[in-house]
Amino acid sequence: MDNISREYLIKTLEKNRRMDGRKLDEYRNIEIEYGISKHAEGSARVRIGDTEVLAGVKLEVGEPFPDKPNEGTIIVNSEMLPLSSDEFESGPPGADSIELARVVDRAIRESNCIDLKKLCIIEKEKVWIVLIDIYTINNAGNLQDAACLASLAALKQAKIPEYKDEKIDYSKRKDKLPLTSLPVECTTVKVNNFLLSDPDFYEERWNDARLTIATTEKNEICAMQKGGSGVLSVDDVKKIIEISLKNGKSLREKLK
Amino acid sequence: MGLIIKEKEFVIPGDVIAEGIDYLPGNGVFRDGDQLVAQQIGIVNLDNRLIKLVPLTGAYKPKIGDVVIGQVVNMGFNGWTIDICFSNLAMLSVRDATSDFIDKKADLSRYYDFDDYITAKVLNISKSNLIDLTMKGHGLMKLKDGIIIDVSPSKVPRIIGKQGSMITMLKNLSNCKISVGQNGKVWIDGDNSGKAIEAIKLIEKESHIPGLTEKIEKMLGGK
Amino acid sequence: MVYSKRIDGRKFDELREIEAKVGVVKSADGSAMFRIGDTVAIAAVRGPRDLYPKFMQNPKKGILRCNYNMVSFSVDERIRPGPSRRSREISLVTENALLPALNLEEFPNAVVDVFIEIIQADAGTRCAGICAASLALADAGIPMRDMVCAVSVGKVGGKALVDLNKKEEDYEEGSSDMPVAMLPRKNEISLLQLDGDMKPDDIDGCLKLAIKACKKISEIQRNALMGKYQMEKEN
Repeated sequence: MDNISREYLIKTLEKNRRMDGRKLDEYRNIEIEYGISKHAEGSARVRIGDTEVLAGVKLEVGEPFPDKPNEGTIIVNSEMLPLSSDEFESGPPGADSIELARVVDRAIRESNCIDLKKLCIIEKEKVWIVLIDIYTINNAGNLQDAACLASLAALKQAKIPEYKDEKIDYSKRKDKLPLTSLPVECTTVKVNNFLLSDPDFYEERWNDARLTIATTEKNEICAMQKGGSGVLSVDDVKKIIEISLKNGKSLREKLK
Repeated sequence: MGLIIKEKEFVIPGDVIAEGIDYLPGNGVFRDGDQLVAQQIGIVNLDNRLIKLVPLTGAYKPKIGDVVIGQVVNMGFNGWTIDICFSNLAMLSVRDATSDFIDKKADLSRYYDFDDYITAKVLNISKSNLIDLTMKGHGLMKLKDGIIIDVSPSKVPRIIGKQGSMITMLKNLSNCKISVGQNGKVWIDGDNSGKAIEAIKLIEKESHIPGLTEKIEKMLGGK
Repeated sequence: MVYSKRIDGRKFDELREIEAKVGVVKSADGSAMFRIGDTVAIAAVRGPRDLYPKFMQNPKKGILRCNYNMVSFSVDERIRPGPSRRSREISLVTENALLPALNLEEFPNAVVDVFIEIIQADAGTRCAGICAASLALADAGIPMRDMVCAVSVGKVGGKALVDLNKKEEDYEEGSSDMPVAMLPRKNEISLLQLDGDMKPDDIDGCLKLAIKACKKISEIQRNALMGKYQMEKEN
């Protein structure tokens, strides 16, 4: 791993360019590969530059929540594999990993992108549980956007298996999972006074503050998460929303 | 009997390069009974009866006399602990740190502080890989400003070039100050450092392709 | 009933299609992907690096640590993330399968970490993991006495065969599965397990099949390493 100091990063930014030559609001190259595991109801691999994340959707049958007796449920989990970075350790998910999963969870839940009513099998008794598992393969910065994109790609591909006589037949998958919209997350970091979209490893490491914004095709914002130990101004937030709406559109294009 | 794999051929671990007692194992090669076997990915190199490998990958393996680039990770009463991209940390003791007189009660961070980068020479290596460094010598110093990048230690000879030809060209054409550590750390300072980094990464990637010197020259805007 | 024709039409000594690629995890010191049929494994090596806690260090030589894991969606019934008894055992036997091939004397007090993830499973995952790990270790430049090749052999419906897929593993008329790892230079066995029942003579026949299959895998591993180090262009 190269070791890039904060001073060098800022010096480069002051010359109005980023370490890899990108514009401040530009994303790295994005690749989406569908169907990486035939045993998942839906699965995808997303690469943003050298960052790589896998996501898979599995469906199980379980009980609904008492307050929503006719709706399916969603569970998002993430594993920051020690395979993917020298800095990730083995063991149960740490706070960073939990945050990664929860921020993806919020984008999916709050945008109502899965029509959960259609996932009801028997009211009050049986509904489909949508389990989304995220695995990091290589961390070169901005795992968050990659994780959200991979989850959406996996959901988009997912098909519901047959459920008959109290048993799930995973060999027969028919109907597509009912998706109503495609929320995507865009992360921006603030380093000194620069706002950088899709931060790479060092931009992320040296950030003063980070803001992830989830947007939908209706230009609505459905989730936000401020990270990092520094602060943002009201003006920063406005600018980041603007950038996220613009970049969100092109990320969504990649899912089509 | 004799040589099985010819010179300059590509080998992977477990490849039997020679059989019998005519040859001796050098770097990257070991003897297993009658066989001389490659233990790394590399290119076979014959030096009389000695069979060595030019390794194509691998972690840095310190040798006495190597000039390395390291980072201060800790400080004690007697000196500094330095990370030199090896599995063990190295020691730089006060008496090897500078030719200046350092008082016993001096604040060592005035010389080298946490996170500072230095160029140093490997003075000694113990059997259990304890390493002593020295900064007494020509060109050994604290590295201010600039950027440190990593290259594969096995590619360092190519970045330096024959008698330093490649590194001299890099410095001249990019107008940067560049220092290469045997441990794969490269320090670059100058306005044009971006181009120099690009050139070094290209050398690393295409180290075995002929015509590399010309390519780098063109890239940096030479003739 | 005799198992006279394999479910997927292969010959009895025929491996499934194999694909191997080196350098798939950019930030790792070494890495590889190994696919055999519908089983996909990736492995990454990190190290040699400092080992903590310190009491685990060995001043005489480096330590190997393997971690085998299946991603939750690699099989039909979702696997709960985190270690299981099965994954712990496979991590251990993987470690023991790789160790005889490694020369860790150069790295006292240090650790070499091998992480194996099964992305998609259709039987033979530990063997695919070992093949990927061996490639990743070579890619990382860890000194090795030999590569390690692994394949499962066994008897399905009374017939000895190589590289069982899931359907063969679950064959109703009886199936026994014997994963084998070998150091191909001297045909030394570094992993041997059996799940099922066999006669002493069967074992010998199956091992012969394994030796033949490992030779093939060894060639595929060589090509994958050449692919990364671009030697094909030169030769």
